[in-house]
Amino acid sequence: MASPNDLRFQEFEEAADLLSADPGASTVSMSASAPPTSAAGSAAAGEDVKLDLSDDEQGQEEQSELLGGQKPSGGGFWTFEYYQSFFNVDTVQVLDRLKGSVMPLPGRNFIKHYLRNNPDLYGPFWICVTLVFSVAISGNLSTFFHDMGNPSYRYRPQFHRVTIAAVVIFMYAWLVPVALWGFLTWRQGAERQIGGYSFLETVCVYGYSLFIYIPTSILWIIPYEWLQWTLVLVAMAISGSVLVLTFWPVVRDDTRVMAVATVATIVALHTLLAIGCKLYFFQSAVHTEPPAPTSPPVHTTLVAKPH
Amino acid sequence: MASLEEASKPFAGLSDVSISEDIPVEGDISVPVGPSRRDDEFSTLDEPVKETILRDLRAVGKKFIHVLYPKRSSALLRDWDLWGPLLLCVTLALLLQGGAADSDDQGGPQFAEVFVIVWFGSIIITLNSKLLGGTLSFFQSLCVLGYCILPLTVAMAVCRIVLLSGTGKVSAAIRLVVVTSSFGWSTFASTAFLADSQPSNRKALVVYPVFLFYFVIGWMILTFTP
Repeated sequence: MASPNDLRFQEFEEAADLLSADPGASTVSMSASAPPTSAAGSAAAGEDVKLDLSDDEQGQEEQSELLGGQKPSGGGFWTFEYYQSFFNVDTVQVLDRLKGSVMPLPGRNFIKHYLRNNPDLYGPFWICVTLVFSVAISGNLSTFFHDMGNPSYRYRPQFHRVTIAAVVIFMYAWLVPVALWGFLTWRQGAERQIGGYSFLETVCVYGYSLFIYIPTSILWIIPYEWLQWTLVLVAMAISGSVLVLTFWPVVRDDTRVMAVATVATIVALHTLLAIGCKLYFFQSAVHTEPPAPTSPPVHTTLVAKPH
Repeated sequence: MASLEEASKPFAGLSDVSISEDIPVEGDISVPVGPSRRDDEFSTLDEPVKETILRDLRAVGKKFIHVLYPKRSSALLRDWDLWGPLLLCVTLALLLQGGAADSDDQGGPQFAEVFVIVWFGSIIITLNSKLLGGTLSFFQSLCVLGYCILPLTVAMAVCRIVLLSGTGKVSAAIRLVVVTSSFGWSTFASTAFLADSQPSNRKALVVYPVFLFYFVIGWMILTFTP
């Protein structure tokens, strides 16, 4: 019964022999030139990572570690091919990911199940752009329908809302994942855990989780208050649960307090975005349009006015 | 060596030929006229300015016709130019002025906003299609996207004329129909030119941003109020 150390030593010897026989041979760390000993069985299981669909989280985390290391392909960040590797998705894959973001099932981690180590930037970017325009346009339409009966009302396109929506949504979709990824990496670095998500995967899951707000913002045009708040709750529940299901497995190994605090912060920020958009862009209280653009807290006080 | 001697035989007799000094040696050493005529074709420095401008205008006009009747021709792609898109963008931005200009933060887009949306949007869509593996060059894509704004510019001119007669429900309905049909025409025309250069499993990924782009421009046209 050979101990693992002996077997490892043996592998090195055999590889060195092969090298001396043919110095020009390219060496791959997990190539087929590994000796066919029984100890190589465990290495072979690691080689089959692409076909490993077991629910063993340990195995999946090792898989993400191994494949994650090969991610930046095609040269440095100043080459075009580097960025092309972030757009390596087909139509079917994007549609699949969109479907997964609106139907979160418990046990289906968005990153592991849908992204499968191929995060893309197409989805997050175009979802954010669409959301910016859908929120601004729907807000404009809802103001128009609300004030249509008012004879002193003049229709205004309110184009400045596009700029504000763009700033808010893009900052949320890019800065919050940066902060979350940094925080998770720091916590894992402190506790020696494996299996964190890469930065791109974090940005990707946040971008796709915003997709549910696009149909919600269009439905917010319907001027019934109870319907609007129901839609807010439903959208927050769905998109929040996508995020929670994704980040809980990573965070739960941490101390209880930190885990709950992290998940609570994720959900709170998401809620803030939803409610902020609803209150600023879709005003349902009867009040005159202020001449200068006001900040959301002023609008909350106006909405709280009794009708 | 023998071949050298044979080669020098035709000229052997010339060694004792001398030309007397009072016969002037004259002749024409100029090269035949062909290549210099080709140089004249490429050098447009000497032609009148009117001809230069008209040539470019004719090229732009030809491309306009290609956009209005889109068939799968490659003329738009082969000789791309950015004069047409610039002309259309400036016209569209000028036509969108003069609407609700008194309070500028509640009104329509400013001239600079229209410019930024059109050019920045075209650049982002072009980058998107190149990153997804498209084969068109950067400027060819910009050219196609810019030229296909033509139906929307025509719709803007029609809307302004319709708005001269009032802003009631009838004019709103007419404007809606005009803008919707021109938006559909623009999207159809640009996909007719762009679709062939994309990998087949990503066509929808490339067409959607184009759709969004023309939708936003159409929205800006539709919500224009004087």
